[in-house]
Amino acid sequence: MDGAVYMVAVHTLCYKLGISMDTGKSNDSKKEIAISFKNVSKTFGQVKASSNVSMDIYKGEVLSLLGENGSGKTTLMNMLSGIYYPDEGEIIIGGEPVIIASPKDAFAHGIGMVHQHFKLIDVLTATENIILGMPGKLDLKNAASKIKEICDKYSFDLDPYKKIYDMSVSEKQTVEIVKVLYRGADILILDEPTAVLTPQETEKLFAVIRNMRADGKSVIIITHKMHEVLAISDRVAVLRKGEFIGVVDTDRTNIKEMTDMMVGHSISLNIERPDPVDPKLKLKVSNLSVMGSDGIEKLHDVSFDVYSGEILGIAGIAGCGQKELLESIVGLQNITSGNITYIEDDGSETSLLNKDPRDISDMGITLSFVPEDRLGMGLVGDMDLIDNMMLRSFRNGKFGFTNKKDPRELAKSVVEELEVVTPDISTPVRKLSGGNVQKVLVGREIAASPSVLLTAYAVRGLDINSSYTIYDLINKQKKNGVAVVFVGEDLDVLLELCDKIMVLCEGKVSGILDGRTAEKDKIGMMMTGSGGTIDEQ
Amino acid sequence: MIDLVAFIPRAVAQGIPLLYGSTGEIITEKSGNLNLGIPGVMYVGAISGVIGSFYYEQSLTSKDDINGFLAVFIPMLCCLVGSLIMGLIYSFLTVSLRANQNVTGLALTTFGIGFGNFFGGSLIKLSGLDVPSIALSATSACFSKTLPFAGSVGWAGKLFLSYGFLAYLGIIIALVAAFIIRKTRVGLQLRAVGEDPATADSAGINVTKYKYVSTCLGCMIAGLGGLYYVMDYACGVWSNDAFGDRGWLAIALVIFTIWRSDVSIFASILFGGLYILYLYIPAGIDHMEYKELYKMIPYVVTMLVLVITSMRNRREDQPPKSLGLPYFREER
Repeated sequence: MDGAVYMVAVHTLCYKLGISMDTGKSNDSKKEIAISFKNVSKTFGQVKASSNVSMDIYKGEVLSLLGENGSGKTTLMNMLSGIYYPDEGEIIIGGEPVIIASPKDAFAHGIGMVHQHFKLIDVLTATENIILGMPGKLDLKNAASKIKEICDKYSFDLDPYKKIYDMSVSEKQTVEIVKVLYRGADILILDEPTAVLTPQETEKLFAVIRNMRADGKSVIIITHKMHEVLAISDRVAVLRKGEFIGVVDTDRTNIKEMTDMMVGHSISLNIERPDPVDPKLKLKVSNLSVMGSDGIEKLHDVSFDVYSGEILGIAGIAGCGQKELLESIVGLQNITSGNITYIEDDGSETSLLNKDPRDISDMGITLSFVPEDRLGMGLVGDMDLIDNMMLRSFRNGKFGFTNKKDPRELAKSVVEELEVVTPDISTPVRKLSGGNVQKVLVGREIAASPSVLLTAYAVRGLDINSSYTIYDLINKQKKNGVAVVFVGEDLDVLLELCDKIMVLCEGKVSGILDGRTAEKDKIGMMMTGSGGTIDEQ
Repeated sequence: MIDLVAFIPRAVAQGIPLLYGSTGEIITEKSGNLNLGIPGVMYVGAISGVIGSFYYEQSLTSKDDINGFLAVFIPMLCCLVGSLIMGLIYSFLTVSLRANQNVTGLALTTFGIGFGNFFGGSLIKLSGLDVPSIALSATSACFSKTLPFAGSVGWAGKLFLSYGFLAYLGIIIALVAAFIIRKTRVGLQLRAVGEDPATADSAGINVTKYKYVSTCLGCMIAGLGGLYYVMDYACGVWSNDAFGDRGWLAIALVIFTIWRSDVSIFASILFGGLYILYLYIPAGIDHMEYKELYKMIPYVVTMLVLVITSMRNRREDQPPKSLGLPYFREER
């Protein structure tokens, strides 16, 4: 699954676009159906990850599955590959409804999936990984020659005796694809295959995919990149928030139509948005570039300003540099080039470059950071509320002893004010529900009376009430003159909460829009890199 | 000068329990289970064999009636069952209940040593002797029987043929284990389980089964090391705590041999030699205290070896990646 499937219950209000499309009928009578979904639904807890999906996949075609994060693309495909089992509906292969209860069953039906996170064992060779778990006598030579055959047939480039730890990401992906083919799959599912590839490697992969199509195999590609959809696929199926929106032929559609299907119309959430009072420049990020540990550039030449008393929303498909951006500001990232400047109330400027979080707090600057990974970076799951409050104040004790009194008071007031549901303040945080964990984290960060508040996916996984509590808290900070950066994934929320919206696409700024006048479909186009750079300031 | 023809057979005899222990632990660790209970398992294996043999000898009217097959079979069966139970306890706790492997292993070691000493003490009481040990010399004679012509081929016979059958069995087990782990599909899948159980699971390998079987098999092999020690090396004499800390040396050997049981054959004999080296270094009558220093040699070497082996960087020489970690099947 690409991240947690998250959904505010208002999404149930969301309605399908009025574009009429034939979803069940074959539009090309020559084509044979390989597999079809019939009214398939899957729910996790209260979240509908897939609802009532019906579609056909033909033999010898490349189908793109397009949708934003949390739209249920991976969930749907995991039902084909035997990882999840549908709650309702059926999957039909060759006219017969089939039960796919495990990856083994999926292989038996000729379905193979290449996940985003490769399942390979580092110390083994490509061949050993490919035949792992298959029955029969171990004959590596024979297996290697069979692998060579597959590689020659589809023009893969792979050394069967190379160890996985010596391989590049693209080679590892090749191993995964060959593994699926070796087991005789006719239907290949690739989960965001190009996310980790360079443009040249992507071209190579597409060539291979075309060879597989020519061989009569069905290839399903999960993606959110428009230009790739256009480059490789025959048809596009679009999902939005678990709902199946429709299938269109690639050569009969355009980016505008696909974006509309992907993001849908705006819906009203009635989130409060007070006008900014006396905004002053607080934080200036200029020409920021960050290189990831894998050598891929995560941020490229990003510049923007954050004003006090304003909420700057950051929109973008997950993994477009949001995490790196926030971490650069709080001092957790190595920055390749660029500058981050903090402007004091009196107008003096301080650079935050090459400062770690401790340096920044020693300088008397309070940056509050609500990270995406709450129990990983924000709170310690096994510690109770008091100790978690102390994570920000543990240096305040005397003579090497910690001061537990203030954190206890803080924990009490956070629980009371934010209505955290917990047995008591000495309960380990991991035992609380997601919304309450988030309230504890936000409560602690706000209590530090920050001048800049950075939040990443603050309402992910929360129910509506908790979400609105968080919006209120953020708005309260805004009224107090705090500069807020709000990284979000739901465009409707961003459009109603934020004063400005910056759109990131693959580590670059596609534009900064006014939150009050921005249009959803425009942001959608900018997110997918198909809208060009738009400046509306 | 050390008399090599006398020294090497002693070193081999010392090394065989270590070989059994390390082979068992290698098989276990390849599945990702770090069984620190091996010293305890070897105690349990030894005392189980001793109990079986004790009652068998008691049931005989005369020592001359002893049936060679039964004298070997009964203690071996008892030993295997005893060690298997230890393996099952460990597997159940760590694989099924996902208990911490280190704590479970250490608890089993404490338990196994206590178990051995408790029942050893009881048997000593039962036998009604004045000395604090039991001698099962008739059984031991069956275990340490060599080929009839071994004595007549000079130094070669002394070096290669002077051991009981368990010594050869240990070497064969080590070679077979190495072959299976490296060259067969079962071995490949076992390695996969130890490296990355989630990947192995998604490839359709039964992770739980592999962990149980390899741990139990490993314990049974290690248990035989305890049995060899009592029945062959110690000539059937059980006295409490005599087995000492050989179990820990066996675990250290696993790292020393980079998880290869065939290498362990030589490494075990080397360590066996170091273990008794103090007996062969002339210290003179005046300086008996030097002997105590020489007794440190195997432990000092172990520490050096652990330091040196920890500096190896090749990926193949690293411990199985998921060693010591419980496996949870990923669920939403």
